[in-house]
Amino acid sequence: MAEPIVQVRNLTKRFGDFTAVDGVSFDIRQGEILGLLGPNGAGKTTTIQMLLGLITPTAGEIRMFGLPVNRHREEILGQVNFSSTYVSMPQALTVEENLRIVARLYGMDRVTARIDDIIKRLEMEEFRTKITRKLSSGQMTRLSLAKAFLTEPKVLFLDEPTASLDPDIADKARALIKEIRRSTGLTVLYTSHNMREMEEMSDRIIFLQRGRIVAEGTAEAIKAVYGEADLEDVFLKLARTAPPGLRHP
Amino acid sequence: MKLHRIAALLTRHLYLYKRSFPRVLEIIYWPFVDLVIWGFITLYLVQFKGALPNFVLFFLGALILWDVLFRAQQGITISFLEEIWSRNLMNLFASPLTTGEFLAATMILSVSKVLAVSCVTVLAAFAFYSFNVFVLGLSLIPFVLNLIVAGWCVGVLTTGLIMRYGQEVEVLAWGMVFLFQPISCVFYPMSVLPDWLQAIARLNPAAHVFEGMRAVITAGAFPVHELAWAVGLNAFYLTVLVFWFHMMFAACKDKGLLVRVGE
Repeated sequence: MAEPIVQVRNLTKRFGDFTAVDGVSFDIRQGEILGLLGPNGAGKTTTIQMLLGLITPTAGEIRMFGLPVNRHREEILGQVNFSSTYVSMPQALTVEENLRIVARLYGMDRVTARIDDIIKRLEMEEFRTKITRKLSSGQMTRLSLAKAFLTEPKVLFLDEPTASLDPDIADKARALIKEIRRSTGLTVLYTSHNMREMEEMSDRIIFLQRGRIVAEGTAEAIKAVYGEADLEDVFLKLARTAPPGLRHP
Repeated sequence: MKLHRIAALLTRHLYLYKRSFPRVLEIIYWPFVDLVIWGFITLYLVQFKGALPNFVLFFLGALILWDVLFRAQQGITISFLEEIWSRNLMNLFASPLTTGEFLAATMILSVSKVLAVSCVTVLAAFAFYSFNVFVLGLSLIPFVLNLIVAGWCVGVLTTGLIMRYGQEVEVLAWGMVFLFQPISCVFYPMSVLPDWLQAIARLNPAAHVFEGMRAVITAGAFPVHELAWAVGLNAFYLTVLVFWFHMMFAACKDKGLLVRVGE
């Protein structure tokens, strides 16, 4: 079995009295897609932001490629990228200009060829020279995905990456993620509120509720444990039941 | 420190200015208007000249040098605000970019801005008032360099405060430098200040530069001691403030503010 690329141990984040993430531990193996599921405020985004070094954990440890993130930030982040519906890019720049800057930031070579490739794969030709401010939300999401894929990361964090895409483009984006995973061994942490997508994409799923892991396993295993035929029903069951012993913020 | 990451940030701002007329105005129009208005006021006041020789030199020289300080500060703070306004901070700081590289890029941007603005003001001063700032001679170079560093200090301080306290203090980006203007002795000598305020002004590197400028104009001598004070104070403040900025950055990551700044 492949070694874990991402190792998270007892990860905790408290903001004053509020505990956003509470002792979370998990591994992601090379080439694996791990789904992070949970209702709003469950701690998914905070977990990803801690993995990206944007928020300092209160306790616990994050290791990537065998190295602690807090002490090897530059080395690790050069091999990691993310895409989030909630993060924008410089609005006054064109799509291509934004991608060029990202490529330079990560020290990529063959910048034009890489940009050409990713623009083709995500069908962005028609708005390649468009000002980012003028993009539709779906085009903006594609730009965010292009930015994430452009740097050829070994680990990718995708926070609701297809939230504003039409079904056709969302399907193509998922196919691209799977294809890149197949060809490069990309490791992915994936969040989505689309249960069908989560089931399709994830090798394993972690269900977070109020900062704690309340279920973990393959989609099939989780459905079997909770006696539901549909992951959405499991979601509703878990989301509407407060785990015992948890303090509500 | 990786140069390609600094170059990436510089390119990002170059693209921005290439396409933004209001941002170009900020470099050309406002400094020009400032200079023209104050220049005509100076010419008017010269008609009543009494005991003050070199009035035009004092005033226009001070105005041009003050703009150096102001634009050096703006170069740092506005660059940070641009990232907040475009919700781009997460993209930057989730990349391998370090805070040192970020600050270095903003400092280079600030120098570029100072150069561009100075070209406008120096040319306008010469065209409208036949004022040649280069009469200050070679001493102009250390004066300008010290004012740029003093502007960086105010810029780093302001940026750290905006990062920590968010939109509430964004207005400091335009106002912070003016808090220091009374003790910078831009348009008047330090000797006109009350004793207690002189003691405070002596801790301000910009005040030593403007005192030095007046010494060059009146006595024609290079004020080594004023320059030494300016260099020493700038080195001390910049070191302390860069360290403080790193601490503020760490505190923001701890409080989860970095991902929320600007919201």
